[in-house]
Amino acid sequence: MKMKYDTVIGLEIHLELQTHSKLFCGCSTTFGQEPNINCCPICLGLPGSLPVFNRRAIELAVSVALALNSAVQQKSRFDRKNYFYPDLPKGYQISQYDQPLARGGYLEIEFDEESRRINLERVHLEEEAGKLMHAGDSIFDSSYSLVDYNRAGIALLEIVTKPDIHSGREARLFLEDLRTLLLYTGASDCKMEEGSLRCDANISLRPVGSTALGTRVEVKNMNSFRAVEMALNYEVKRQEEILSADGHIIQETCHWDEEKKETIPLRGKEGSSDYRYFPEPDLLPLTLEASFIEKQSALLPELPRQRRVRFKEHYGLNGKEATLLTENRTLGDFFEAAANDYSDYRNLVKWIQGDLLYQLRESGKSVEQIEPGLLVELITLLNNGNITRPVAKELLAEMVLSGKSPHKLVQEKGLGRISGQEKLLPLVDRVIAENPEAVENYRRGKEKASAFLVGRVMALSGGRADPEELSKLIKGKIS
Amino acid sequence: MAIDFAEEVDHVAHLARLTLDWEEKVRMAEQLSKILETARRVQELDTTGIEPTAHVITLPAVLREDLTRPSLPLNRVLQNAPTRQKDFFRVPSITAVKQVEE
Amino acid sequence: MKLYEKTAADLGRLFQKKEVSAVEVVRSFLDRIEKVEPYLKAFITHTPAMALETANEIDNRRMSGEELHPLAGVPIAIKDNMCTEGLRTTCASRILENFIPPYDAAVVGALKRVGMPLLGKTNMDEFAMGSSTENSAFFTTRNPWDRERVPGGSSGGSAVVVSAGMAPLALGSDTGGSIRQPASFCGLIGLRPTYGRVSRYGLIAFASSLDQIGPFSLTALDGALLMNIIAGYDPLDSTSLPESVPDYPLGLEEDVKKLRIGIIRQNVSKDFDPEVTAAVMKLVSILEENGAEIDEVSLPLTDYGLGAYYLIAPAEASSNLGRYDGVRYGHNAGGDDIESMFSRTRGEGFGPEVKRRIMIGTYALSAGYFDAFYLQAMKVRTLIRRDYAIAFNRFDLLVGATTPTPAFKIGEKTDDPLQMYLSDICNITDALAGLPSLSVPSGLHSNGLPMGTQLTAPAFQEGLLFKVANFLEQKRDPLPRWPRVELPEGGLQ
Ligand SMILES: [Mg+2]
Ligand SMILES: [Zn+2]
Repeated sequence: MKMKYDTVIGLEIHLELQTHSKLFCGCSTTFGQEPNINCCPICLGLPGSLPVFNRRAIELAVSVALALNSAVQQKSRFDRKNYFYPDLPKGYQISQYDQPLARGGYLEIEFDEESRRINLERVHLEEEAGKLMHAGDSIFDSSYSLVDYNRAGIALLEIVTKPDIHSGREARLFLEDLRTLLLYTGASDCKMEEGSLRCDANISLRPVGSTALGTRVEVKNMNSFRAVEMALNYEVKRQEEILSADGHIIQETCHWDEEKKETIPLRGKEGSSDYRYFPEPDLLPLTLEASFIEKQSALLPELPRQRRVRFKEHYGLNGKEATLLTENRTLGDFFEAAANDYSDYRNLVKWIQGDLLYQLRESGKSVEQIEPGLLVELITLLNNGNITRPVAKELLAEMVLSGKSPHKLVQEKGLGRISGQEKLLPLVDRVIAENPEAVENYRRGKEKASAFLVGRVMALSGGRADPEELSKLIKGKIS
Repeated sequence: MAIDFAEEVDHVAHLARLTLDWEEKVRMAEQLSKILETARRVQELDTTGIEPTAHVITLPAVLREDLTRPSLPLNRVLQNAPTRQKDFFRVPSITAVKQVEE
Repeated sequence: MKLYEKTAADLGRLFQKKEVSAVEVVRSFLDRIEKVEPYLKAFITHTPAMALETANEIDNRRMSGEELHPLAGVPIAIKDNMCTEGLRTTCASRILENFIPPYDAAVVGALKRVGMPLLGKTNMDEFAMGSSTENSAFFTTRNPWDRERVPGGSSGGSAVVVSAGMAPLALGSDTGGSIRQPASFCGLIGLRPTYGRVSRYGLIAFASSLDQIGPFSLTALDGALLMNIIAGYDPLDSTSLPESVPDYPLGLEEDVKKLRIGIIRQNVSKDFDPEVTAAVMKLVSILEENGAEIDEVSLPLTDYGLGAYYLIAPAEASSNLGRYDGVRYGHNAGGDDIESMFSRTRGEGFGPEVKRRIMIGTYALSAGYFDAFYLQAMKVRTLIRRDYAIAFNRFDLLVGATTPTPAFKIGEKTDDPLQMYLSDICNITDALAGLPSLSVPSGLHSNGLPMGTQLTAPAFQEGLLFKVANFLEQKRDPLPRWPRVELPEGGLQ
């Protein structure tokens, strides 16, 4: 009988906080600059230099912790994590060990229509390392590496989950929801491609029913949420095969190879590391007044989950609509601003999720660039019969591109609806005359033929005629 | 201090990334043993319920405002670099490295 | 009296009366250096041109009527573990032999703002680890009172410079006695300030929770004047204290009546050289005769303090010295892979004592030993602080010998690190407690060497230390200005 296994996954997320200056010095955190120009004695670890806390980094860290329901500690401490690596300027990373900034916490995610709570171990602050560029094809065969310390010392938030995740897909969903939440707090831009959000995973398998944890493998270097899912799925399969063949999993650290789509062990890892943590003597313990924490809490925006519930209740949206509008904070803001002046919320959502999002994608614009009132104006023009639906769609594209008011566009381009017999009849007559076959078909009982005729007239009117009115007119003429 | 010093010295020297020649190791084993014997006297004291002192200062930490200050000019950043390539610090292969860390 | 024989305060007065120029003063010291330095070897780097340039600038400003600091133009030397922009800073280590900092230490900035010409960077034990300056990677500095003897350490070079008239003032650093012990060996005033009183920014770290910069001087007044310049809050040092800085020279002349003084039993031990203890008691009796109240106090944790110190300091050092990896600065031994480059660079770049302490510290912090060694040492540190707090309920000031013996012979203790460590036995517990402590000369031993008495005060009471030191300076038998030992070619007489 083949053994069944449960997958146990814990994630470690590193997040660069969006501060102007680094965690312990005044160097800029701007991404993508020439190498080694955002460096000073402190972030280069020059002899004699000393760290000083950046208040903003602590504020942001606290707000993320609060958003994750993690208990912010009034007293926390910074420690040195000692190890040698060329991207680490001081031979130690200033991090938090046994007294982290915040303990516990959780994030609720939707998994297969069900709500799942992923519990957190801790949230803590630490400093970012520099960046290594490897000569040769990969880390494995480079003859030398180049170091750029621009990144070194940027404030990094580490979020550690409990081993509460059970599949690659779940890990991915968690990360997606986490990113949404983090973007709400404004603490990070969460750009995995720029490295401002990174994820390492610990994964082990255990026989179904067993409570003991299996030997775990640490997977690094996953550069997208998709890669996380793929790497973990790969590991599940790999470990399953080994265990099923009575083999042993080796506790090791692997790199995800995006080209080969496989995990590759980093050579030479001998047992667990000894980081010789001890309290950072250059920094006094961090004491956060209750009022400081309360203030950060009060400054938190409404978070995606609460907002989703409120959108469903208050606007009567269904789950899918509410999710769409809360996944992206600015889209939700847009909706709410528009909903202030327009009460058919469902209709508003339809416009947003259909045409508006399509036009935004087409034009490369972001929703912040669109005035919510303009969309309301457009829908109102349509509802009042001032324009036809096809014209409305055309106008939306124009409006997104130019930012001009639909009213103005209608006037400028003469796109107002054409109605009334005296304007429409000449067009109808012309189409009937030009399409005797269709007329004949209709008379023989083919309903579709009338639609064809309506379409012809519409085309002639430049979409400005009202299809319903036309249909009546045509049917009256040829019945 | 009944530590197997040959092995212990090797292990600690590796943690500290110190190449020691054989003579240094022998001397080190002997001297460390003696020094640790003295240091170990701290274990004679009963410290139940005593908080450790990591800092003699008991004030809360100072926070600075999130303002940028000019970084060093590039030539000063690199002026002490033992091996550089263009505007980078250059290091030999990291293939044989034991750990990769955040 | 030659200019180089004068105290900093005297020089300041001469400047103010415009009787002498800063350039003249600097020249006088440079001449003196030229004469005696070859026999003493106190400097790692000489900066005569820089000193003259500063002096010249100060003279011009003074001539133009600008109001300057009293010490503007008074030259100084600093220990080579304080960063000086554009000027080699070695920590007396091979690993930093060619290191040129791109920035100034906070104290260096303060000296520059005042306009004190820098004569050079002084020799020391490598990374301040040692008590004799024999651990310098470059050369051993000799005690001007007897060239066969050590000047003490780790700030040996700074002590020698002041003691031999090569500079009126110098800065050292004290982690566990590195100012007070050499001050006592060389017959000087040496102050270790309260932890956090002087910014450590730019001081190359040995043990961060203990390191403090402090002055060497001929007189209490000179030390007080220099403290006025270097003490104070620094936003770049998170462990610097916002406490306001008193005007130290002010109140120097007050008497010692009603001062409650405790003699630390452990620091006038029967195991010490009896003349050293007698000299301490002599000073104590002077204080008593002038109205101070004297009693004995026991600080029984002194022995444990040594153990705690030799765990805490190396532990911090092992981490502080992790940055010397050959990547960004300093010695690089090359290698085909990063690991061998790291280990060879550090193996070649550090001297034996530094390696020893890195090994102890790494061991004490490593998995399995942390609780029994490092954590326990930190708890003992708490007990030591508590003992001092109790003692200071009863006393305003604690006294004892600065060192168990006068300066020992060069080479005498180099083979036995533990014996070397014991020479700091009186200087360690107050350092662990973060307290200010000053060594004041208490006379000459029958062998002609200076001896010191150590005064320890509650936090921020540096003013009290200077006051008592000043008082003793006036009342005790005067010390000869110059060492009695004659150098070849009559250097010191
Ligand atoms: Mg981390
Ligand atoms: Zn910086």
